[in-house]
Amino acid sequence: MAEIVSMPKLGFDMAEGTLVRWVVAEGETIAKSSVLAEIETDKATVEVESAYEGVVLRHLVKEGDIVPINTPIAVIGAAGEAVPADLQAGAPIETPKVMSEPVVKAAESKPAPTVEGTQAPHDVFVQPTEEEALMPEGVRVSPLARKIARERGIDLRRIKGSGPNGRIIKADIEAYREEAPTAEVKAAAAVFQPALEPAREDQIVPLSRLRAAIGRRMAEVKQQVPHFYVTHEYDMAALMTLRKQVNQYIPEAEKISVNDFIVKAAALTLRVFPNLNASFDGANHQVVRHGAINVGVAVGVENGLLTVVCRDADRKPLRQIAVELKAMAARAQDGKVRPDDIEGSTFSTSNLGMFDVEHFIAIINPPEAAILAVGSVKEVPVVVNGEVKAGLHMRATLSVDHRVSDGVEAAKYLQELAKFLEEPLRLLV
Amino acid sequence: MAKITMREAISQALWEEMERDENVFILGEEVGVWGGSYAVTKGFYDHFGEKRVRDTPISEAAIIGAAIGAALTGLRPVAEMMTINFAFSAFDHIVNETAKLHYMFGGQFKVPLVIRAPGGGGRQLAATHSQTPDAIFAHFPGLKVVAPGTPEDAKGLLKAAIRTDDPVLYIENATIYQLRGEVPDGDYTIPIGKSKIYRPGKHATLVTYSKMVDFSNKAADQLAQDGIEVEIVDLRSLRPLDMGPVIESFKKTNRAVIVEEGWQSFGVGAEVAARIYEEAFDYADAPVKRVAQKEVPLPYNRNLEQMALPQVADIVKAVKEVL
Repeated sequence: MAEIVSMPKLGFDMAEGTLVRWVVAEGETIAKSSVLAEIETDKATVEVESAYEGVVLRHLVKEGDIVPINTPIAVIGAAGEAVPADLQAGAPIETPKVMSEPVVKAAESKPAPTVEGTQAPHDVFVQPTEEEALMPEGVRVSPLARKIARERGIDLRRIKGSGPNGRIIKADIEAYREEAPTAEVKAAAAVFQPALEPAREDQIVPLSRLRAAIGRRMAEVKQQVPHFYVTHEYDMAALMTLRKQVNQYIPEAEKISVNDFIVKAAALTLRVFPNLNASFDGANHQVVRHGAINVGVAVGVENGLLTVVCRDADRKPLRQIAVELKAMAARAQDGKVRPDDIEGSTFSTSNLGMFDVEHFIAIINPPEAAILAVGSVKEVPVVVNGEVKAGLHMRATLSVDHRVSDGVEAAKYLQELAKFLEEPLRLLV
Repeated sequence: MAKITMREAISQALWEEMERDENVFILGEEVGVWGGSYAVTKGFYDHFGEKRVRDTPISEAAIIGAAIGAALTGLRPVAEMMTINFAFSAFDHIVNETAKLHYMFGGQFKVPLVIRAPGGGGRQLAATHSQTPDAIFAHFPGLKVVAPGTPEDAKGLLKAAIRTDDPVLYIENATIYQLRGEVPDGDYTIPIGKSKIYRPGKHATLVTYSKMVDFSNKAADQLAQDGIEVEIVDLRSLRPLDMGPVIESFKKTNRAVIVEEGWQSFGVGAEVAARIYEEAFDYADAPVKRVAQKEVPLPYNRNLEQMALPQVADIVKAVKEVL
């Protein structure tokens, strides 16, 4: 049975590629996963590997041809096997057609977007989802393997599949280890540079999968979700004292951080405001108010950030929250995060307090309705009954999806949150 | 725990329920004086009398029609179809009346009717008398469909079927009446609509029911010699279909083979596979495979008949294909 090799899609914005060179000639045998041809995209020259073994029966395009993605470029089969009639040289190939003419011609042959009226922009501005970007055309992958790859930010194009027809399965993902990043850069940094040398050259740093995913997602959210922000300042003196007291009785590894208190307080407050523990479901014109209160906590990792999830944070004692978050954050930073660690949050928090940040605003973690950005606890002058005194204050800013909620609700949430942060014994009872 | 046959298990369930509740009675062709075509009701006529063990004319529509009337007026009939193939003659009464009366009269009536029907191929009874049309009946809301594969389930499910106020089609497989298994002592029931893990394992999930539980178990024994541990889920009931243990197992093994004796197209395997994809798509590491009867009217010729029916070797092969 003859197999067709098509122009692969190497990146979500690739529409066509130039066949630069045939590496295996017609009539020669080819092994599975060995290089069949070289193609050039907008960005690079790439080798096309054969997913099949056999004899290259026919090249369907010539060197130098510009070929749209998914168009058949070669036929591989058993020696002496006939090429299917519809792929014989000269026979018209089903759409999309092979083009041996310049690109401009191709653009002309498509209907101009404006002619189609309201429908055309739809086609033109399709946003690729993360899955699409991670799963290039022509790569077979089991749903489970794709899920794991997505969670770990692994580029499936780097993986060879061992399943039927080269399908990537779970075992292949687990056997795969990301190559150590850029040993060259590390070596270069070690070289001594005299003070008066000319400025160092620009460094080109390719986006990691995680960096690219964060970028794409955040750009989309910031553009499409109507954010508004409400800031509240909290008196943290009582909480800081309480924290010191309780931590005296707790082993080092289980000590409760300020953020653990905030996670618990945020979760308990969400019980009162179920509309903020929600997801916007635009497709169905509805808001999903989640039953469980699972608080996401943003954790900085190399080249990006991950949100680890404290499940049922409203129902867990502080000490358990502390232990769980510590373990998950450690796994996130070691690159050993588990799927459960990062899935299922219903509301998120981001805390830059440890970096002396007075105040910042966070971008919503989709599809959640809100995220709480927390600054440092600082000693500040406070006016009490007309006198200036030293106080311990902290500012927190809630970013909210305006499609789900409004300013008044956000403000009331922050006000309710004060009950827990400023009378922190409530968090222990 | 006594080790008894499927036949004894079914017979015991009927006997005990008739002793327990005088409203329970049996009707069907040759169930009385003759003792049942498969000897399930042997001795019942002498013990319970002709009023409660009623021989009927050879008219399946009349049997089910009479049973519906009896059920509507408060009795608990157990109607026997000599084989499930003959149930087609009563199809309208089964799917249009039995399954729907409770609903169409706004819940005013209950239809506590059990229809026993042996099916299955492999005894050279030719195309019209060898079918496994379980999926057809399971298609209709309003009718519960159970099909046990072990004596324990056969006894417990039949008792539960007789005691429930809903109509139940109780499908037996005529080639496993001699299959033996442990049965708990004393009175017990098995809940309708509950699947169970029949055999634990970790490499692949075999979803099956009725006779194919035994075949799947034999396949699992063979696979175990190669170090392959399959988990077998026995559906036991087709409607309501309990996917819980199937999904739980699939999330663990990431691979599934569904084994049924009936034809593959539009069958139990199709339903289970669709539900796996709907409920656990992200856990699939290989396409779900189905083992079923070849798509032909079952041949009379012994060799051809065996070729058309699913065999242990087919199950072993399918499991290896999904690994």
